[in-house]
Amino acid sequence: MHVDNAILKEHGIEGGPLRTLLLGNEAIARGAYEAGVAFACGYPGTPSTEILQSLAQYHEVRSEWATNEKVALDTALGAAYAGHSALAVMKHVGVNVAADTLFSASYSGVKAGLVIVTADDPGIHSSQNEQDNRQYARFAKIPMLEPSDSQECKDFVRLGLEISRQFDTPVFLRTTMRISHGKSIVELGERIVNDSGPREFEKHPHKYVLIPAHAQRRHPIVEERVRKLRAFADTFERNQIEWRNRKLGIIASGHAYLCAREVFPDASFLKLGMAYPLPEKLVRELAAGVERLIVVEELDPFYEEQILAWGIAAEGKSIFPITGELRTSTIRERAIQAGLLPADSDIAIADPANDAEPFVAMVRPPALCPGCSHRGVFYLLRKKRLIVFGDIGCYSIGVLPPFNAMDTVTCMGASIGVAHGALQAGITDKSVAVIGDSTFFHSGIAPLVNQVYNGGGGVTLILDNSATGMTGAQGNPGTGGTLMGEQHRPVDIAQVVRGLGVEDVWTVNAFDMEALDGAIEAALAVEGRPAVVVVREECVFVERPGPGVLTVLTEPCTACGICFKVGCPAILKDEAHLFRGKRPKAMIDPLMCTDCDICRQVCPFDAIVSVR
Amino acid sequence: MSIPKLDFLIGGVGGQGALTASDILAEVGMFAGYDVKKSEVHGFSQRGGVVESHVRWGDEVLSTLGEEGRIDVLLALELLEGARWASYLKPGGLAIVSRQELIPISVSSGNAHYPPADTLEEVARRATDRVHFVDALTIAEDLGNARASNTVVLGLLSTFLDVPEEVWLRVIRRRVPSKHVTVNERAFAAGRELRR
Repeated sequence: MHVDNAILKEHGIEGGPLRTLLLGNEAIARGAYEAGVAFACGYPGTPSTEILQSLAQYHEVRSEWATNEKVALDTALGAAYAGHSALAVMKHVGVNVAADTLFSASYSGVKAGLVIVTADDPGIHSSQNEQDNRQYARFAKIPMLEPSDSQECKDFVRLGLEISRQFDTPVFLRTTMRISHGKSIVELGERIVNDSGPREFEKHPHKYVLIPAHAQRRHPIVEERVRKLRAFADTFERNQIEWRNRKLGIIASGHAYLCAREVFPDASFLKLGMAYPLPEKLVRELAAGVERLIVVEELDPFYEEQILAWGIAAEGKSIFPITGELRTSTIRERAIQAGLLPADSDIAIADPANDAEPFVAMVRPPALCPGCSHRGVFYLLRKKRLIVFGDIGCYSIGVLPPFNAMDTVTCMGASIGVAHGALQAGITDKSVAVIGDSTFFHSGIAPLVNQVYNGGGGVTLILDNSATGMTGAQGNPGTGGTLMGEQHRPVDIAQVVRGLGVEDVWTVNAFDMEALDGAIEAALAVEGRPAVVVVREECVFVERPGPGVLTVLTEPCTACGICFKVGCPAILKDEAHLFRGKRPKAMIDPLMCTDCDICRQVCPFDAIVSVR
Repeated sequence: MSIPKLDFLIGGVGGQGALTASDILAEVGMFAGYDVKKSEVHGFSQRGGVVESHVRWGDEVLSTLGEEGRIDVLLALELLEGARWASYLKPGGLAIVSRQELIPISVSSGNAHYPPADTLEEVARRATDRVHFVDALTIAEDLGNARASNTVVLGLLSTFLDVPEEVWLRVIRRRVPSKHVTVNERAFAAGRELRR
C-alpha cells in the first residue's frame, strides 16, 4: 500500500478540494457556513449538540444557545423574516417544544432561507422516546431533506436553503443518530453569501400577522405549495433511481439506505434525499421496473403508507421492525425470514464455531460522575423515601441503584407541573420536584408560577450546577457564558424564584450534606405554599470540587456499605481487605476521586480522610 | 486497493478515550487512501457506560456500522469489553484486548460481580485464535501517562496493517494535545515492540 496525496489534499497544498473527516453534525455546521447562513440557534440535545458547537468556530455566523427550542425557532424565524438565512437546530423532541411556531412558520413563509434541523434518535440512545419526525413534515406541510452521510449533511443545508427561498417555506433537515454521530469524508468549499439581507424590516402583514383573516388566505397558499413541492420532488437531483437487478426494488433514505445497500448489493434502489413530499413519478417508475418492491425505513411506515395510498404494491413493515434502530444485521435477518435472501447469507448463523453458548456481558449502568454535584441530593432523597418528580438531565440517573430515588421523568420541564397535579389530586406522600438549572430556564418557570398562582404547596429542588451538563456542560442564562464566548450578566435563579412569588427560598451548597439536609427538611415543613431549594455547585466538567483526593483508612472501615450508597464510580470494594473475613471494605480510586467530600461526610466511622 | 473492506470495532468504557482512538484509526485510513466511515455514541451512554465505536475502511463504505460476526479487527480497551464484543468478530478475525479492568458501579452499589479475568480472556479466545492480550495500562503508566494506553493498543495494531508507520505518527501528532505528543509517540513505539 502507498500513501496517496490525501495528506497534501487535506491541507489544500495540491490544489484539489480540501477533504477531511467530519461528523454529520460538523458537516451541517460547515454546510451552514458555506451556504451563507447569517444566524443559527438551538437548544443542546443529543444527537444535535455538536452542530451549533461546531458552527460557533465560524465568526461570520452569529450562533446562540436559546433557552428552549421554541425560542430558538422564533429567533431563527425572526432572522429569516429580516432577510437573513437562518438555521434552527434541535433534537427530535425539541421540535415538540417548537411545534407551535413551526406550524405558524409554515403559514407565514419566510423571506430568507430557513432550515430547521431535527436530529432524531431511533433506538433511544439518549432520549425519552423515538418519535419519527418525518411525520412533522407532512403535519406542518413543509419539505424535509434526509442526508445519508456527512457530505450530504453539508450539501443538504445549501439545497434546503435554496428550496426554502424558492418555495417560501421553512425546510426540515432530518438526521438520525447514526448520521449526526457518524464520520465520513467531506470536501470543503468556500462561503458564499446569497442574501445579505436588508437592514430595514420589510413589512408583509398579510403573511407575518396570522390573524384569522390572514391565516385563512394563507392556508390555500400552503396547499398549493405542497402541490408544487410534489412536482419538484420528481426533479430533485438527490432523489435518484439506481438501476441494478430488476428482481427487487428498494425505496430507502438516510442510514437505512446504506444498511439496505449492504444487504442487497444487486437490487435496484430509489434513494430518497427528500423524505417529504415523495416523488410519485420516480416511485411509480421503480415499481413498474421491478418484480418486487420493498420499503426499508426506520421507525414509522412513513413512505410505505404514502406508496400504498397511491395504489402501488409494496412491502415494508410486514418484513422490518417498526421499533428501534435498523442495523444491517436486522435487515439481513428479516430479509432471510421473508425469503428475500437465502439463509446461508448470514455468516453469524451459518458458522458452526458460534454454536457455543453466547457470553452475556454484564451491563454498565450510567452513573453520576465522580465529583457530581447531584450526588448528595440523591443520597438524601433515597434516605428520606420521598416521592420524587424528576426531569430531563444527568440527574435522571437518580432512578438507578443505589439511589432508586425518582418516580417520574416525562420531558423537559415537566417535573414541577406533574408534582403540582399529583398534590392537587390529593396525594398524601411527602414529595419533591427535582429540576436542573438549564431545564428550569427551558420550561420550569411557567409551571412554578402556575403553582404560585393556583395556591399549590409543592417543594422544588433546583439543582443548579452552572451547566447544561448532560450535553457537555454548555452555558445557560444562569452562567451568562454564551456559545460565541461572550460573558453576560448571569441570571440569579433564587432571585427569579422570588420574583415569581415564592416566599420560602433556600440556597445551599451541594457538597454540604448537613446544610442540604436542613434546607430540604425546612422546605418540606412549609405548608400551603410553594417552597424552593436552590442546590448550588458547579458541574465537575466546569470545576473540580476539591484539590486533593479522599482515601479510606482500612483500620476503622467496618465495611458497613454506607459509602457505596452514594453511587460513586471511584468507590470500590476492596477484596483484599475483608471485615471479619467476610465483607469487603471500601477503597477509593485516587485517579477518579475529585475530593467532593460527600463520602467522607456520610461515613459513620470517620474512616475516610482527604489527602493532598 | 488490495482488500475490499476492513471493519474495526473499538470497545471501551466512557471516559477511556475510545473516541480519540477511533478518530485516529479513521484518519489513518483516510490518509492511506481508503474511503472511511466511523460511528460514535454521545450523551447519556457516555457517563461510565459502554462505548462502541465502529471504523470502516474500504473502496466504498456504506453504513457507519459493522455487523456482528463480520468485524475484521476488535480493539478492546478493557477486559470485560473484549468479552462483550468478541462475538462481533468474523471467524479468524484479529482481537487486541487491553487487560485493564474497570469495575461497573453495579458491583459496589449492588450485588453484581465482575467476572474473573481468565473467564473473560477465554471468551475472547473462543471467538478467535488471533487474540493478543496487552498490559496497555501498565505500559502507559511506566511511560508516565496512563491515558496513553490506547496508543499502545494502536501501536500493536499498526504492525498488522500495511500502512507506513509515519502515517500513524502524523495522525497521532495531529490528534493528541501537544504536551502529550512525546509520551504518545513512545506508547505507539512500545505497542509496536510487543510484536517483535
